[in-house]
Amino acid sequence: MIKSIRIAVASGKGGTGKTMIATSLAATIANTRAVQLIDCDVEAPNAHLFLQPCIHENNPAYIYIPDINHDKCIACGKCVRVCEFNAIAMLREKILVFPQLCHGCGSCSLICPVDAIQEQARPIGELRHGITDSGLDFYMGELTVSEPMPTPVIRQLFAYTKAPSDIVILDSPPGASCSVVATVYDADFVLLVTEPTPFGLHDLKQMLGVLAQTKAATGVIINRDGIGDSSVDDFLDETSIPILMRIPYQPEIAKRLAAGQILTDFMPTFQQKFEDLLENIEEMILQEERSR
Amino acid sequence: MKLMISSQGESLESVPNLRFGRCPYFIQYDPSDESCQVYKNKAVAESGGAGVAAAQFMIDHDITAVISGRFGPNAYRALSAAGIKMLTFDQSLQTIQEVINAYQNNLLTEVA
Repeated sequence: MIKSIRIAVASGKGGTGKTMIATSLAATIANTRAVQLIDCDVEAPNAHLFLQPCIHENNPAYIYIPDINHDKCIACGKCVRVCEFNAIAMLREKILVFPQLCHGCGSCSLICPVDAIQEQARPIGELRHGITDSGLDFYMGELTVSEPMPTPVIRQLFAYTKAPSDIVILDSPPGASCSVVATVYDADFVLLVTEPTPFGLHDLKQMLGVLAQTKAATGVIINRDGIGDSSVDDFLDETSIPILMRIPYQPEIAKRLAAGQILTDFMPTFQQKFEDLLENIEEMILQEERSR
Repeated sequence: MKLMISSQGESLESVPNLRFGRCPYFIQYDPSDESCQVYKNKAVAESGGAGVAAAQFMIDHDITAVISGRFGPNAYRALSAAGIKMLTFDQSLQTIQEVINAYQNNLLTEVA
């Protein structure tokens, strides 16, 4: 079986057009390839608003938090010291757990010398699976409002999407923190969508810093080309990172996107550009693999 | 008995800090012999759970009452479970010494 290609669409700065790119790429290539789109922005998923999938499966997402058996606990404090997130405190004789601070890493139950910690599943969100009219295999996760930990939902989302496909497109959350790292960690290629503004450049650099520690090849798409300044172009000129596409700033595009339309549907001339984009990406992944 | 006060600096003339979990220093004061001790708050650099880490510090130092501007929900839960009193001051108090005076005159509000 051919290994599927994982393409993450990330940005650093929010609102640069990740979902526009992810949905357009997915919708275009779904005509010829088996494609999965996974909306990993579990704190504010929105790809479904564009793709309108028919959701036929819902599953809970959990975080596994420590449940202390106080009869067994000898209050040695090992679990308190091993916890990187201050989710466990030791009162004079008793252990106290703070579920909302727990990242679900499991270190406490591993280190407990008397086996007094059981992992208890606490639901924190939902995993959804559906299919679009054009046959696109669609997945999304949604973190329950007020829950602070998106990464367990993203990891379970990946475990949940094992059905084979040629291309997996990951619509990443914004920023450059844990949830983004969890999304791009296993990607073969990371498509960075930015805008030609000082904000866009600043956050693009942050993402490049994150990606320096992964195996992924990368390229940039400049959205809203024509606004701002030339700093993104000037910066990229000094690197080996290619600019793979430019999308001009047009109020009409913003208006149509706000109405939930997919770029390649209302501007069909872009379909060819996205087909070429995929070809470019596949070529760059091959090059990256050969160079390793 | 031992009191712990959240502080901006390292002396009794320092400005009190309103935040419990993320204040730069804690000043420990014992009314029985008027002795003081200064601690750097290590929890200030935690990415999360600073309130719990600071509360753990209070528990480990056997503190009777903590005095600060406010306590977050996690710190509150840990301190109250440990039976440590929480008292609050407001911005009208300019130095740690004034906080101590206010404590001795029963002018601080106890968190219920």
